[in-house]
Amino acid sequence: METLLAITIGCLVAAGVYLMLARDMLRFLFGLTLISNAVNLAIFASGRITVGGVPPLVPEGEKYPVGDVANALPQALILTAIVIGFGLFAFSLVLAMRAYSELGTLDTDAMLLAESNDEGDKA
Amino acid sequence: MSWYLTLPLMTPFVVAVLAFLLRKNGVGRWVAVVGSLIGVGLSALLFMQILRDGVVVGQMADWPAPYGITLAADLLSGIMVMLTALAGLATTLYATSEIDPELEDLGFFAVLQLLLGGVTGAFLTGDLFNLYVWFEVLLISSFGLLIMGGTREQIDGAVKYVTLNLVSTIMFLIGLGFLYGATGTLNMADLRGAVDASEQQGLITVLSMFFLLAFGMKAAMFPLFAWLPASYHTPTSTVSAIFAGLLSKVGVYSLFRTFTLIFDNDVGYTHTILLWVAGLTMVAGILGALAQTDVRRVLSYQIISSIGFLLMGLALYTPLAIAGAVFYLIHNIIVKVNLFLVAGVAERLTGSSQMSRMGGLYKTAPLFSVLFLIPAFALAGFPPLPGFWAKVLLVKAALDVNAWVMAAIALSVGLLTIWSMMIVWTRVFWDPHPDGLEPTLSDLGDDKWPLLLPIIALGAMTILIGIFPQNFVVLSEQVAAQLLDPQPYVDAVLGAAK
Repeated sequence: METLLAITIGCLVAAGVYLMLARDMLRFLFGLTLISNAVNLAIFASGRITVGGVPPLVPEGEKYPVGDVANALPQALILTAIVIGFGLFAFSLVLAMRAYSELGTLDTDAMLLAESNDEGDKA
Repeated sequence: MSWYLTLPLMTPFVVAVLAFLLRKNGVGRWVAVVGSLIGVGLSALLFMQILRDGVVVGQMADWPAPYGITLAADLLSGIMVMLTALAGLATTLYATSEIDPELEDLGFFAVLQLLLGGVTGAFLTGDLFNLYVWFEVLLISSFGLLIMGGTREQIDGAVKYVTLNLVSTIMFLIGLGFLYGATGTLNMADLRGAVDASEQQGLITVLSMFFLLAFGMKAAMFPLFAWLPASYHTPTSTVSAIFAGLLSKVGVYSLFRTFTLIFDNDVGYTHTILLWVAGLTMVAGILGALAQTDVRRVLSYQIISSIGFLLMGLALYTPLAIAGAVFYLIHNIIVKVNLFLVAGVAERLTGSSQMSRMGGLYKTAPLFSVLFLIPAFALAGFPPLPGFWAKVLLVKAALDVNAWVMAAIALSVGLLTIWSMMIVWTRVFWDPHPDGLEPTLSDLGDDKWPLLLPIIALGAMTILIGIFPQNFVVLSEQVAAQLLDPQPYVDAVLGAAK
């Protein structure tokens, strides 16, 4: 199971990096989403994958869960990360839309307005 | 639970809500000013408590460490929280005149308070995942502040700022995930023991590089600084000032925290990389500053070279070097906020931030020119201003460990900083205005005092630190001792569990 997950994560990262190398901002953002999902899966894997295991419940009279259980904490971390990632992605998409309507392009190479050093340009 | 820790953290969020609800008719701005004032008081209380007890620790909802969320403040956190509150007060006051009602209706003051809350949280947390969450809080509020106003330049700068910061966030998250996988804990104090006990020291070193990349990108270290000069000059001066003073310093703080507390097992490898990066950051920053024609971009590049000085202190990793870096950090936050506020007023008086379109301020506003010279000389390192003492400590520390090259770089970068400040002085203050304008301070009208008061106060603080450096040097040495021997910190956090 871990092997399968590792291959999946590897593919997601590879695709994400490929997209992020593009000059188009939208592609970059899609790549970023793929990588952040890959990271979430990696954290998920770090909490142990159980096949046919039991839920991490503490039986009555015991102090800790018994049997083949997964660590629930990484899953809680992922939930937080997903929520945060969603918020940031939503913001970035709106920013991309705004950039397209204001600057007329999503090609990051053409976005040089703030970095122009031309003294006469902006008085 | 220690109220000393939670109050400075909760206040900005409460003030943000109030300032947002009362934002009509200009009431919210004064709520924000009063709230920031309370924040300064609370952070001073916390600082006094830290001086008395050493490390102040609070466990949320009494879940013992390392299972619950820990807030922990040692001297470094205490200093940073206090500087955050001071910078917040100065910029909020300044903003009351600079921000137009339109931005106020959008909730400018509320978002500014959220940013301060996020920064304070990052300084106070004792848990790495919690640090990640605070990073997001301050990041999303900084996005808001950066694009408020929505000019084309702002959107352009924001694209670079947002995308590159998101990449660093992901790096941070990967590092976190794997570190948890390798050690089974994310509590920083607990991590120290867990990392020491780990059998996979090679893996830990690799993981430390994720954190170096993530925090380094936030701190704008070489070669990851491109987003900073692309965006810091685009928003309002208030926002530039608070970003310049605090945001990159959060990255530096996190590097100091993680690379003294957690990743100090392979100093020969990690801190050598840091040393190289520090030197390159200093040089790249100051060369960039010399090439710029917009006054706020000059100042932005100078931030990068100061980050180099801070990293140099961490990289040399001796008590004196870290003390020097902490002293530099204290003065740099005050000075950088001040410089951007001064630049904002100069821009308002002369009508542009392009140096070719500015000038004549020395003739018509000589006192204001002095207010520029104080932070400018402090940054350049003129005695008796604090930048001088900080550089003395850092260069001495470099010479002590025979790091001749680093000492030489630090000194030459100091010289180039003076040159770059001289360019600003000549073109903005000394030369006559190209259009023959003769701007005076009374042109500011009713806004004069809210704009000038923060500048005067920060200038006075700069001079005070410069004239009485002894107290601050002793304090910095205490911070360095705490950072280099974190056992009391670890005991305070984990001991509270027993």
